[in-house]
Formats: sequence, structure tokens, C-alpha cells
Amino acid sequence: MQILFKNIDMKGLANIDIYEKQGGYQSLKKAFAKKPEEVIEIVKVSGLRGRGGAGFPAGLKWSFLAKDVFPRYLACNADESEPGTCKDRELLEKNPHLLIEGIVATCYACQIETAYIYFRGEFQHASDLMDKAIEEAHKKGYLGKNIMGSGLDLDLYTHLGAGAYICGEESALLNSLEGRRGEPRLKPPFPAVEGLYGKPTVINNVETLCAVPWIVNEGGEKYAAIGTEKSKGTKLVSVSGHVKKPGNYEIVLGMPVREIIFDLAGGIRNDNRLKAFIPGGSSVPMLTADKVDVGYDYESLQEAGSMLGSGALIVMDHTVNVVEVTLRLAYFYMHESCGKCTPCREGTRWMWQILGKIQTGEGVGAQVDKLLDICDNMSFKCFCPLGDAAVGPVASSIKCFRSDYDELIKKLEGDKVAT
Amino acid sequence: MFVFTSEEKNKIEKIVGRYPVKQSALLPLLTLVQRRDGYVSPEAMEAIGKELELSPAYVQSVMSFYTMYHAQPTGKYIILFCHNISCQLNGADELLKYTAKKLGTDVGGTTTDKKFTLHQEECLAACCGGPMMRVNDTFYENLTREKIDQILDSLP
Repeated sequence: MQILFKNIDMKGLANIDIYEKQGGYQSLKKAFAKKPEEVIEIVKVSGLRGRGGAGFPAGLKWSFLAKDVFPRYLACNADESEPGTCKDRELLEKNPHLLIEGIVATCYACQIETAYIYFRGEFQHASDLMDKAIEEAHKKGYLGKNIMGSGLDLDLYTHLGAGAYICGEESALLNSLEGRRGEPRLKPPFPAVEGLYGKPTVINNVETLCAVPWIVNEGGEKYAAIGTEKSKGTKLVSVSGHVKKPGNYEIVLGMPVREIIFDLAGGIRNDNRLKAFIPGGSSVPMLTADKVDVGYDYESLQEAGSMLGSGALIVMDHTVNVVEVTLRLAYFYMHESCGKCTPCREGTRWMWQILGKIQTGEGVGAQVDKLLDICDNMSFKCFCPLGDAAVGPVASSIKCFRSDYDELIKKLEGDKVAT
Repeated sequence: MFVFTSEEKNKIEKIVGRYPVKQSALLPLLTLVQRRDGYVSPEAMEAIGKELELSPAYVQSVMSFYTMYHAQPTGKYIILFCHNISCQLNGADELLKYTAKKLGTDVGGTTTDKKFTLHQEECLAACCGGPMMRVNDTFYENLTREKIDQILDSLP
């Protein structure tokens, strides 16, 4: 089932003529024949959930926009920075018009006249390609004044960040877009009420908006018929790490993780044994190999003790000591903590320091418990989700692989005896 | 003395026109200067502030938040070498060390001929092609020692 990746490897798909020949921009005719609120209803019925990480129903999010307050804005989140995740970049570079089409349909539904695509700074190349696609769409009348006679005026611009993971958090993204430090804002008010420039704002991930044209074309019910009872539709999964064929794969939600790793991605390198996997990007808890038969959908992964997150499946074979991996992720969150709130700023650094000691063989057993204590003091106590994200890999690695920690600590005691 | 050319002035006017509030153009203007000069000098911060009606101190406070802006001159090529989890699992640490040794610089440093600046980087969204690096705007994936030699040796 290919919705997002249909024709993805077709040569020249980024060119508007070729995109149109594949049926591109047809959903706009369908959308414009309906009232804006009917388009929102279609997306609500589809059950499409935000693909950036939070998994919040997209149509519902749109219906929270403050009534009768204008202008409204749309900010597309193309700040893809979650370690393990590289699906949006493929969509952006290979099929930019799919995103533009999704944005136009969404802006019609939400009555928005100005939209921005916020790219992470390192996506200069993708942003340049998007500028070209936007120019093409303007020439064809899919952007600009009175689009296809619908009465919708829409300007779409690209905007580059400059290297800050936190800007993927929606309120930090808005601050960055306003020319400020990318620190998160207190919620409520939520962006749908007071977002960009204090106005109602829709923020959606690239993949979410790219699913909109198909849903408008085929109908919400048809999309809702795909997947599981609560996790509807298809999802792009970035499979990386110790697999034979790493890559982005579009799956129907609910597919067992085993099939993704062993069928789509070709299995473990050198036919090694699977040790652990992180199902939804570095921020979600890691799982042990015995969970490999769990379905890849929001509910099943949560039941298994983790989350679907951004859809990045990171696979580790039996040669890995998870402390080494956890240390690297702890460094990442320390580096990316914006420093606004104390538990995150101090907690991430402290965890990284302790993990470093354990990794180099200077750790003692009590430090593992100290790590868990820090996790407790950060969970749900930080200003924004980054703090909770930092806890994910540390707490889960101890829970699932305490023996990996003990191995490094025992080594020290053994060494001491030897000297 | 830092000045914007008339061509740049036109470009700035266009950029500012995208937003209802001038300040929104701050990151785009910092990027514009950095792409021209390789870094953003105090004089440039002042000039940007003038364009957007912001104090130089405010420009600096925003700029210092983002890792991609440099306050000091950098090499002709900026290498961002990913060391995050997917690349780490596929041998990025060893290759980063190799690259640093090959260039004769520390991670974070610039070669004496000012050709290369080498940075260790957090995830660049090319996880399925790890190990990877970005040299200026180009992504290079599935790196090996041989590939790194070939890429870096061929840059003019």
C-alpha cells in the first residue's frame, strides 16, 4: 500500500509537469468543491494522526482553531532532527509538490492565507528544491491569488532554522520563526488559539500534510479502513542501525516489527542476533528482542512499553553494549537542551557525566540507581517534552539491560582486585 | 567595514516582505551573511540589527542560540560529521577520528590552510545512510575511509 511513497523513485517527480501527469494537484479540485469545514470533517473521519511524534489527530487539531480570528497561519514542521528519523527529507527532496498540495488543501480547510515551511538549517538543499517547486506552483496557479477560482489566496514561504533540535517542538519552532531564541513557550495557550504572531496557527509535520491529498481524493472512510482500529493509514518508518537494508519503508500501521526488520529491511547484518530496538526515534524507550512480534502502531507499541514517536526504528544486534549507545544519546540531549528550565539543563548534563564514568569503567553500582533517581526527578517535571525524551533511553536501558551496566561495573571491581 | 551590496539590499527587502513582523527575517539574514562571509562578525550583527530595527546585543543573543552560526572565521568547507546513534552503530566514531587525523586538526578545529573546519554533529536526518557527513550543503552517505579520501581530496 503506497500512499506517501507512490512514485517516490520516479525520475523528475519534483518537476510539476511530471507530478501533474501522475494525478498531482487533483485533490484541490475536490477540496474546493466542498466547504472548508467539510474538508476538516473528511480528515477527522480519516483518523490521520500527527506523524511528527505526538500522534495527535490532525483533523481535531484543526478544529481547535480560535473561531473567527484572522489572520491564521500554517507552519509546516520540516525540522526533522530526531535521531534515527530521515523520512521527511526523502519526501521533501523527491516529492516537494505533494507537500505543497497538502498545504494548499489544509490552508483551504483552515482558511489560512500565509504558510511557512520551517526547515532545519542543514536542509539548505531541500529548501532550495522547495523554493523552485513553490515558484512552479505559483506559475500554474496552485499558489497565489484566488487559487483555481476558489477564492483562496495563499502565499507559501520556506524558512531555514540554524541547528537546534528543540525547534522541532512546536512552540519553540514558532519562536524561531519569529526571529527569537528557539525556546519553548508555556502552554496553554496552544498554538491553535495563540500561535505565530499571537494568531491561531496550525502546525503539522511534513508527513502528516503529505497524507492529506490522498485523503481528500479518496475520502476519509477509505483511509480509515487501512491499519488497525485506532491507528489508521500508513506510516513511513526509517529503519537504521544493524540491518542489511536500511531505508525508509511505507507500512500499513499494525505490521509486526518482525516483518519490518526481517522482511523489509533484510534482517540483521551478518545474520547476528537481534538484541534491542528503539521503535520511534531516540526519545522513546528501547525494547528487548522478545518484543519483536509487537505490531507497529500507536497502541501496541505503547502497550509494549514504548511509543511510535516519529517512526524511526533503530536496530541493535548482540554486539552492542547499550551503555555506549545510551551515553551517546545522553550527550545528544545535553547538547540540545535549550537551558530554559533547571531539571532538563542540569539533569541531562548529570546523566551524561555519570554514564561517561560507567562507560569508561569508573562507575560504581550506586550510580545506576542515581541515574534512575535523576530520571524520576525529570519525568513530567520539565518545561517541554525534551526532558522526558532525554529520560526515555536512559531509564529503559537500565530497565531492559541492567546486566550491560553491571558488566562494566564488575569489570572495575575485577580490575581493582588485579592491581 | 561591513556593507550590504545593492543586490543584497534587494534580497533583504524581499525576505522581510515575507513576514508581517520584521524580526522574523533575523535567521534568514544571519544565514545570508554567513553564506557570504563564512561567519557573522560584530559589524555584520550591527548591520543586520539596523535592517530589522533590533539592537546588536539582541542579534547576538539570538545568534548564539543556534549552532550553525559562527562568530569566528571558518574554513572554506565546513564538515559536519554525524556521530549520533544510527551512524555510531555503523562505525562513525572510528571514521571521525580518521578524518580528524587525515586533516591534521582536532574536532571543532580548522586546518592551517583554512580549507576545512571539522565538526562532530548531532543527527542530520540521513540515518539510513550512516555513517554520513555534510560538506557545506552536500550530504555524503555510507562512508568508508576510501570514500572520505576520495571526497575530501577532490574538493578544490
